[in-house]
Amino acid sequence: MKENISLSVQTQCYHCGDDLPAAPYVSDDKQFCCLGCKGVYQILSRHNLSSYYAYNEVPGASQKKAAQHFDYLDDAGIAAELADYTDDSTTVITLFIPAIHCSSCIWLLENLYKINPSIVQSRTDFLKKQVSLTFRNQQISLRKAVELLTAVGYEPLISLQDVVKKQQSDHSERNLLTKIAVAGFCFGNVMLFSFPEYFGLSRFENTFQSFFGWINLAFAIPVLLYSARDYFISAWTNLKNGILNLDFPLALGIAVMFIRSAAEIITHSGVGFIDTLCSLVFFLLIGKWMQQRTYHYLSFERDYRSYFPVAVTLIKDGKEQPLPLNELKTGDRILIRSNEIIPADAILLKGEAKLDFSFVTGEALAVEKVLGEVIYAGGRQLNGAIELEVVKPVSQSYLTKLWNNETFGARKDNIKTFSNTASKYFSMVLLAIAIGAGLFWVSTDLNKAVASFTAVLIIACPCALALSSPFTLAAVLSIFDKNKFYLKNTAIIEELARINTIVFDKTGTITNPESKGFEFTGQLNQEEKQWLSDLARNSGHPLSRELVKWLNLSPSYPVDQYREKVGRGISGRVNGHQIQLGSATFLGLTQQDKGSVVHILIDGNYHGFFLSTQRWRTGFRQLAQKLGQQADLHLLSGDQDHDRSLLAPFFQRADQLHFKQSPQNKLDYILKLQNSGAKVMMLGDGLNDAGALKQSNLGIAVTDNINNFSPGCDAILDGAAFEKIPQFIRLAKGAVRVIHMSFVISLTYNAAGLFFAVQGLLSPLMAAILMPLSTITIILFTTLAARFYAVKNKLL
Amino acid sequence: MNMIYMLIGFSILLALIFLIAFFWASKSGQNDDLFTPAVRILFDDEPEKEITKGIQFTHKDEKSDKDHPKS
Repeated sequence: MKENISLSVQTQCYHCGDDLPAAPYVSDDKQFCCLGCKGVYQILSRHNLSSYYAYNEVPGASQKKAAQHFDYLDDAGIAAELADYTDDSTTVITLFIPAIHCSSCIWLLENLYKINPSIVQSRTDFLKKQVSLTFRNQQISLRKAVELLTAVGYEPLISLQDVVKKQQSDHSERNLLTKIAVAGFCFGNVMLFSFPEYFGLSRFENTFQSFFGWINLAFAIPVLLYSARDYFISAWTNLKNGILNLDFPLALGIAVMFIRSAAEIITHSGVGFIDTLCSLVFFLLIGKWMQQRTYHYLSFERDYRSYFPVAVTLIKDGKEQPLPLNELKTGDRILIRSNEIIPADAILLKGEAKLDFSFVTGEALAVEKVLGEVIYAGGRQLNGAIELEVVKPVSQSYLTKLWNNETFGARKDNIKTFSNTASKYFSMVLLAIAIGAGLFWVSTDLNKAVASFTAVLIIACPCALALSSPFTLAAVLSIFDKNKFYLKNTAIIEELARINTIVFDKTGTITNPESKGFEFTGQLNQEEKQWLSDLARNSGHPLSRELVKWLNLSPSYPVDQYREKVGRGISGRVNGHQIQLGSATFLGLTQQDKGSVVHILIDGNYHGFFLSTQRWRTGFRQLAQKLGQQADLHLLSGDQDHDRSLLAPFFQRADQLHFKQSPQNKLDYILKLQNSGAKVMMLGDGLNDAGALKQSNLGIAVTDNINNFSPGCDAILDGAAFEKIPQFIRLAKGAVRVIHMSFVISLTYNAAGLFFAVQGLLSPLMAAILMPLSTITIILFTTLAARFYAVKNKLL
Repeated sequence: MNMIYMLIGFSILLALIFLIAFFWASKSGQNDDLFTPAVRILFDDEPEKEITKGIQFTHKDEKSDKDHPKS
């Protein structure tokens, strides 16, 4: 009884929540899954930081993986490179810590000074998963500080490509916000000074008219010169390149509005369109902000450098010393400890190499290498320390060579958006109407000619038009976000709607890297299971191997008359019984197989079947079926082709399955498809897909933990949302439709305004009402319509 | 009615002060992380005796009294 109670009290590790092993580690009545978790708990409880466990249940990350060595941080040059600020007494450094995931993490990381008083301050940025540490460098070295973080379970990721630095120097969002603030400030004040005019001034108040006008003009100047500056710059650079984008009519409208208003105010002939000008710029900037506001805390630009360490241990004259990675030369002898990455192609000289290449290939099974063999860069050593001799510098390695390809030099921002295409025609038509209206009046009334020419440019200023794309796409982006599909920017949505060819990587992308198992339907006793296990042990087929692993029985009977039909099934005699395992057709059964099924016949009697679950990601079969109807499916795998027969049913054409593809092959294949006119979407996960992801029109990295490493891509898809891809594509198509509709709506507003403008009858009040009204209509319509399509596609 | 000129001047001045305050906040990075401070404020400033499980009671008494003079 007592045992039962203690079992029900705690079945998971107090620190990380993993299942407890048979003999858990115990400290203060708490049970832990591993020594690492227990160690962290002891440090925390010794320093009165046990509240860490009060804010959240099992707040820790698993400590089973051994931590890296940070010896290289003692190197003054490397340390200085990493620090944000250093003087004689204090150092400030910002570190990226992937393990940050809950409020307990924030609390603990900001209470580090309680463990070591030499740490003056630590500030956490939760979304970016960064900690800014300020410490007294006389009392604690950078290495010690980093090791302290590691000791409490928050190992920072210090890599060759410093993401932290790049983000810190990026103030574009801050600048945009300041511009919005200025525009908003001026807009609000100008409105106040314009209202008296619109509501009608008494004769007495008329004395204020010119005063208000001058104030308004003063407010318009910062809006024109500061807030709206980017539109003028963009319009000018595009014009020089012979492109008419939407910024051209916007810049023209703003300029004309200001000049005409200034003229009216200075000559006392009117009040001008200052309030329309300010509101226009204000709304435009908000639209721009909506469009830019993406996930700055997710990195889409990662390449091998963000995965490689900053330094490596060099063995020189029998001594170990840290060496910055970019100084590594051919012929150098390096030491790779357990859990470290091999940074360059090298020959194994000493030690047992067992390497995890999952980052490169997505394959989770470790590879063993013998002395004298060449080991390609990117593998993570799992066994003890090994010594290697570098045969190629880092940038020339088998893997990293890919980045020297010209694809990586070219930036992929030339996505053709609808608004860019439409604005070209819009600008031309607008100019034609404005000049036409001016010419029509010029012979009769010069004043009216100027008035109508400028009024056309003002009223047709495509504010609503410019906002329809950003607001629709931002709404769709946030819907994708809720469904764990993270896009680099909004233009990707329009690209997604155009996709007609989809290329999959195999391992890690359509197969689930972790969970593999079987579901058994039927009846088997323990003895019979033993026979199956013994039979399946003879086969090299992945399904057989998984089955043996899953049954988890030690071999006990020999197998006679063993026969295997590759990819179909196996048969043999075990303990005097005839046993057959395999697909329905192999066993002569009539039923149709759904998924990877292994049927069982013992002495000719049917005993049920094993269904391989999660071998493919959930719903891959349905996904392939649905996608197959609207797009051309291809498969590119770096593996041997032993899965060909299993995968063939998922794809319409068997000749579109390609195995044994090198990273360069994959890139070339995508290029070939594109040259034949296809819009290619590539789904991959490993570094070996990086080239293909970059080359494709839309590269999506599939990952089971969005904070894990993923290669450079346009979008990151959480593995859990894998089956929703058809819905995502439909929603993207819906979004494009919404943009078209909102274009029509804003054009209607423009046409109504133009009706008055060409007659030279446009009043400032009319402009002041029409402009915000059209803007608000567009914002409401796009947001609601995007939500409508999301609900229709079951994404909300 | 000349008072109006002065009042308008003051109102614009006041608005400008707020605008400048926003510039300062933005420049010092207050808008960079809008999530963590919201969590941070929820952490209790706990007296250490509550979490020490009674072992280190004696020499911590002084400090916790300072934190909560009345209790």
